[in-house]
Amino acid sequence: MSIGPSPNTAPDSTLNKSELEEEMVENQFRDLLRSFIRHRSAVIGGAIVLFFILIALAAPLIAPYDYKAVNENIRLSSPSPEHWLGTDDMGRDIFSRIVYGARISLWVGFVAVSGSIVVGSLLGLIAGFYGGWRDVLISRIFDILLAFPSILLAIAIVAMLGPSLENALIAIAIINIPTFGRLMRSRVLSIKEEDYILAARAMGMKNGRILFQHILPNSWTPIMVQGTLGFATAVIEAAALGFLGLGAQPPDPEWGKMLADARPYIQTAPWTMIFPGLAIMMTVLGFNLLGDGLRDIMDPRMKQ
Amino acid sequence: MIAYTIRRLLMLIPVLIGMSIITFSIIHALPGDPARAVLGERASAEQIAEVRESMGLDKPIYVQYFNYIGKLLQGDLGRSYITGREIAPELFTYLMATFELAIAAMLIAVFFGVNLGILSAWRQNSWVDYSAMMIALIGVSMPVFWLGLMEQWLFAQELGWLPSSSRLDARTMFEPITGLYVIDSIITGNWAVLGDAIRHLILPAVALGTIPMAIIARMTRSSMLEVMRSDYIRTARAKGLSEFWVIYKHTLKNAFIPVLTVVGLQTGILLGGAVLTETIFSWPGIGRYLYDAITSRDYQIIQSGILVVATIFVLINLIVDLLYAMIDPRIKYGRE
Repeated sequence: MSIGPSPNTAPDSTLNKSELEEEMVENQFRDLLRSFIRHRSAVIGGAIVLFFILIALAAPLIAPYDYKAVNENIRLSSPSPEHWLGTDDMGRDIFSRIVYGARISLWVGFVAVSGSIVVGSLLGLIAGFYGGWRDVLISRIFDILLAFPSILLAIAIVAMLGPSLENALIAIAIINIPTFGRLMRSRVLSIKEEDYILAARAMGMKNGRILFQHILPNSWTPIMVQGTLGFATAVIEAAALGFLGLGAQPPDPEWGKMLADARPYIQTAPWTMIFPGLAIMMTVLGFNLLGDGLRDIMDPRMKQ
Repeated sequence: MIAYTIRRLLMLIPVLIGMSIITFSIIHALPGDPARAVLGERASAEQIAEVRESMGLDKPIYVQYFNYIGKLLQGDLGRSYITGREIAPELFTYLMATFELAIAAMLIAVFFGVNLGILSAWRQNSWVDYSAMMIALIGVSMPVFWLGLMEQWLFAQELGWLPSSSRLDARTMFEPITGLYVIDSIITGNWAVLGDAIRHLILPAVALGTIPMAIIARMTRSSMLEVMRSDYIRTARAKGLSEFWVIYKHTLKNAFIPVLTVVGLQTGILLGGAVLTETIFSWPGIGRYLYDAITSRDYQIIQSGILVVATIFVLINLIVDLLYAMIDPRIKYGRE
C-alpha cells in the first residue's frame, strides 16, 4: 500500500539501523530521480515550472521597465523592439508586468497551497486517526465546504473579508482544505490498519509518535502530487478572483487583473489580453504536467 | 436503494445548515456595519438606525439567523439593497439563462470529451493519442475567462462569425415561456429566433465546456483502456465484430460509470465557471447577476445568489450519487 519515500520505517532494533535507512533513502531517491528524468511530461512540466520560478526570482534583472511606470504617450502601443509585448492602457510595459506578475501568481499559489496542505492534513489526520465524533465533525465541515462550487465559495469569503490579494489568498487556501483533508483522512484510514502500525502499538508506542513517525511520512506522496496539481488550480483561482476585481488591486501586475483591465481594448489592442492569459496558461500547464508526471512516477498503479 | 436514498437525504441536512450559516455570515461578518455598507459612508445616524431596524440588525444574532432561515423556507430571498426589488422572482429568470448555457456546455463537453477519449484509447500511443491528450491538457490548463476573451476577439471581432454577447439580437422580439430560449423557440416554431439563440449560445458554451471536455476526455481514455484490456473485449474482437461495434457497444457502456461521476463533479466547475463566462459574454444568467452584485456591493444578492447556486450544486450531486448507486449496486453497501 505504501509507496512513499519510506515504506519500511517499521520499528526495528537493527544495530546499524540509521546507516541502513540512509542507504535505502538514497537508493529510493536515485530511483525516483531516474524515473523522473525518463518521464517526458514530468520533465517538461518541471522545466516550465522552473522557468517561471526563475523569472519570478530574477524579476528585477529581467524586466526592462518599472512595472508601474505610467507613460501616457505610449498608451496601447503594439509589440515593438522597445516594448516586446506592447504596452497597456496606461502605457506600462506589458512584458515587465508579466515578469513581476509571476511573483504574485507563484507566491499566491505557494502560500495558499501550503496553507491548505497544513490545515487540511492536520484535520484529515485527526479525523482519520481518532475517528469518532472528531471524524464526524471534521468530515461534515469538509462536506459543507465542498458543497459550494469552489470559486463561488472563494467569492463569498472575499466578499466577507473585503477584496485584496491577501484575502484572495486566504479564500483560495480555505476552499482547497477539504481536498487535502479528505486525501489525508483516507490515507490514514488505510495505513492505520497496516501490520507495522499494529506492531508499533503493541510495543507501546504513543499515539503522537505513531502519527508523526509512521503515518505522516507514509502519507506524503499523494499529498505532494495533489499539492502540485493544487498549485495549478490555485494559480487559476487567483487569476479568476483578480479578474473579477476581488483579488490583487492596482497597480499590482496580477495576471487576472491585467486581463480584466485589457477587456475594453480587446479590439484595438489584443496584445494587452493575449500575453497575460498565455502566462497563466503556461504556468498552470507546467504544474499540471509536473503533477501528472509525479503521480505516474510515485504511484505506478495510476499509470496507464 | 430506498435506505440509501434516505441516508443520503439525511446527510444533506447538516450540509444545508452549514451552507446557510456560511451565506448568513457574508452580511454579518462584514467589517463595519452592514447598514452602513448599504447606505454608504455619508449616511446619517438616523438613516442607519432605520435601516438597521428594517434589516432586523438590532436583534440578537441567533434571532436574526432564525428569521433568515424562516424567510428562506418561505422562498423569500430578501430584497436587493440597490434596486429594492425582490430577489427570488428575478433570480428565476437568471437561473434559466444559466441552465441553458450550462446544458449546452455540458453537451459539448460530453460529446467531444467522450469521442476524444475513445479516439485516444483506440489509437493508444499514436500521434492521434498524443495530440488528443495534449488538447485535453491545454483545455484543463486554460483559464475559462481567457478562453472566452480569445473567442470573442477571434470569432466575434476579427472574423465576425458569431455574436460576442447576450442571448439574442437586440432587435429580436421574443416572449420566453420556460426561459430556455432554444426550447421556447422550438415550441413556438419560431425558427429565426432558434437560429439566433443558437448563434449566441455557441461561444460561451464552448468556453464553459472546455475544462469539463478535457477532464471527460482524460477520464474516458483511461477507463476505456482498462475495459479494452479485458477478456470479453478480446472475445468480442475474436468473434469478428467490427472495431466500431466493439468500441461503441461493448466498451463504452462499461466505461461509462467513471465518466458519469466526472460529469457529476463537473457541475461545480460549470456553475463556478458560469460566473466568469457570463461576465465576459454579458449572458444574463445568475453568474452575471452575482458579478453585478459584487461590483455594486449588493450583499443581499451575493448572499442569496451563492446560497441558491450551492443548493443546486448539492442537489445535482445528490442525483448523480443516486444514479451512480443505481448503476453500480456495490456503492450503496460500501462506506461513505
